[in-house]
Amino acid sequence: MAKSNVSLGGRDILDLESLSVEEIELILKTAEEMKKVMKRDIKKLPSLRGKSIINLFYEPSTRTRTSFELAGKYLGADVVNVTTSSSSVVKGECLRDTILTLQSMACDAIVMRHPIEGAAAYAAQVADPVIINAGDGAHAHPSQGLLDMFTIREQGKTLKGLKMAIIGDILYSRVARTNIAAWTKMGAEVHVAGPMTLLPHDVESLGVTVHKRVEDAIADADVVDILRIQLERQKKGLFPSPREYARIFGINESRLKLAKPDVTVLHPGPMNRGLEISWEVGYCDNAAIRTEVQNGVAVRMALLFLTLTGGKHIENVD
Amino acid sequence: MKTLIKNGRVVDPSQKLDAVMDILVEDGKIKALSANIAEAADEVYDATGLVVTPGLIDVHTHMREPGLEAKEDIISGTMAAAAGGVTTVACMPNTKPVIDTSIVVSGIKQRAAEESYANVEVIGAISKGEKGEELAEMGDMAEKGAMGFSDDGHYVKSSRLFTLAAKYITAFDKPLLCHAIDPELNAEGYMHEGAVSARIGVPGIPAISEDIAVARDCIIAEYTGAHVHICHVASKGAIDIIRQAKKKGVNVTSEVTVHHLTLTDEACAGYNSATRVSPPLRSWDHVQAMREAVLDGTVDCIVTDHSPHAPEEKDVEFRYAPCGFCGLETSLGVMLTDLYHKNIFDLNIIISKMSCEPAKLFKLQGGTLKEGGVADITIMDLNKEWTVDSSKFYTRGKFTPYEGKACKGKAVATMLHGKFVMRDGVVCTKQ
Repeated sequence: MAKSNVSLGGRDILDLESLSVEEIELILKTAEEMKKVMKRDIKKLPSLRGKSIINLFYEPSTRTRTSFELAGKYLGADVVNVTTSSSSVVKGECLRDTILTLQSMACDAIVMRHPIEGAAAYAAQVADPVIINAGDGAHAHPSQGLLDMFTIREQGKTLKGLKMAIIGDILYSRVARTNIAAWTKMGAEVHVAGPMTLLPHDVESLGVTVHKRVEDAIADADVVDILRIQLERQKKGLFPSPREYARIFGINESRLKLAKPDVTVLHPGPMNRGLEISWEVGYCDNAAIRTEVQNGVAVRMALLFLTLTGGKHIENVD
Repeated sequence: MKTLIKNGRVVDPSQKLDAVMDILVEDGKIKALSANIAEAADEVYDATGLVVTPGLIDVHTHMREPGLEAKEDIISGTMAAAAGGVTTVACMPNTKPVIDTSIVVSGIKQRAAEESYANVEVIGAISKGEKGEELAEMGDMAEKGAMGFSDDGHYVKSSRLFTLAAKYITAFDKPLLCHAIDPELNAEGYMHEGAVSARIGVPGIPAISEDIAVARDCIIAEYTGAHVHICHVASKGAIDIIRQAKKKGVNVTSEVTVHHLTLTDEACAGYNSATRVSPPLRSWDHVQAMREAVLDGTVDCIVTDHSPHAPEEKDVEFRYAPCGFCGLETSLGVMLTDLYHKNIFDLNIIISKMSCEPAKLFKLQGGTLKEGGVADITIMDLNKEWTVDSSKFYTRGKFTPYEGKACKGKAVATMLHGKFVMRDGVVCTKQ
């Protein structure tokens, strides 16, 4: 693997805006190597032996938490999961104290999922261990953004000049914000559509093109990223009914035909089948949804490896 | 006890005065104001090179007493005032219990008379418990000296109740101070809705949440003839509605905070919980509109909305933090640094809006250096360079979005009723 002058050693990974294009390239290249490791019979490297990683999750999560846990374990780290419903958080401990408590146990990295925007940045200010943001409110989900980029590149596509469509709840979506920031940075054209009540008021300021109709957003798209619709949004009255959402904004086969024939369909999961994505689209050949999950582990291995070792022991990977 | 303040540049917009003069203070009053007073005094304060103004008056603060002393109390809050050159603070009624009866009004005034470092004016609640359901005993509170009435922190949501309050209060000749923000449009947001909120993902509060509420309150002011004072206006739409109402002769006045004149929503981009405030820090176009409104007279007073919170409340994730931060120790310095030294406001307008006009509007003592008036005086050094350091604050609220800010200009002495309560930044503690 090519030597790089870029190092992420000791860096907090809070969002993709604060990573340079070179740093993103380094992560994606390292993830390629990690994906090879995942395909070995014995998926274990000693790179992070003696390092401890704590998964601190203030929100439910299946794929992200498991993915970070396996990523750490494949690299030989000790990984501990803290779910806040069974921790001292329920006794009223504030985030500062929780972070400092975990730091006192000599952990090297805290992977954090939290419902409030900026919580990971706050933790990074408070504590010394590497903080990896695994989702903070509607702000950022950098490892998701990286695994989406990895997945798109794996399909032989380079982001520059591609037409990307992001469909659904942009307002409350950290995945949307992360991908908009990353894709515009890499030179792609980003188009969005969804109920107007689920788009940020000044969404154009993010550098995207807004469409009133989903069909216009996905026409000739190279990538369609379908966001999860949380049913609680409908309960709060942001759109009239799941039925209407599925009919007007849901991505089904006939709508998907408007995109390029080799379109890549992404969805961060978990899917609401029959709502934002039809059964058929979820399982179609263009859907990279399960590949995203697999790539998620490789990307997270790369993130943990690069931040905790600085990439110094890269020879262990080859 | 006689004190002679010598050779200061006296800036007193109430008398259209800006000249080097001497001020003789005796028995808590201004005895003489003229060039070269030769009379002997117990103390001569050399104000050469300094600016001498009427004591600053801040009509929107939270002293947090009774019940919320972990955030602030009258001693710590008025020490902060003295340190910042402020001689009069009006305290909002969202305490525990709410200031909604005359006995609480009297209690605060009594406590302030015993132990405070500034004049404390009391604002009573419009509705019982600030619940917006029934009128509080405003007449009773008015007779015990309440300065005005407000459900600050809450909009009086019922148009009927607010109309009744406005009609009722006209007999007592007191203002209603309105926290005019539509609660439903405000409820799901945590910062200004705009490009920054779109980028950082924090749910936004649209500026029209103010415009809608302000429009209703202006309509009710016109209908009833009551004096309606709109608190902490931060939206360009809202200030324009107030401008139009004033043109029509409606008895409406307004205030803007120091932070809404000097900070934008970009300050929230790092998720610093100190920047969470209501109304939220808005975008630059709104800040510019507020500055223009100060200059054209639409804004009557500049305030702090000094809202201290305990560290365990404020040192948390952005959205979990309560709104507000302390302002009394930074207000003058920030105004001088960001507006005076940048030639946006002159000294005359700053002192007008931070002292003379609020005194006139709310019929308070002070706000002038006229002979015979109370000797509440602020002495400031326009060129003193200092850095905001909350660890040195007198207030209990240690959170400020101005932390670390390099300032130019500061109060160097504060006189209350003829006695110095602050010198060189140090509050003169009582024996």
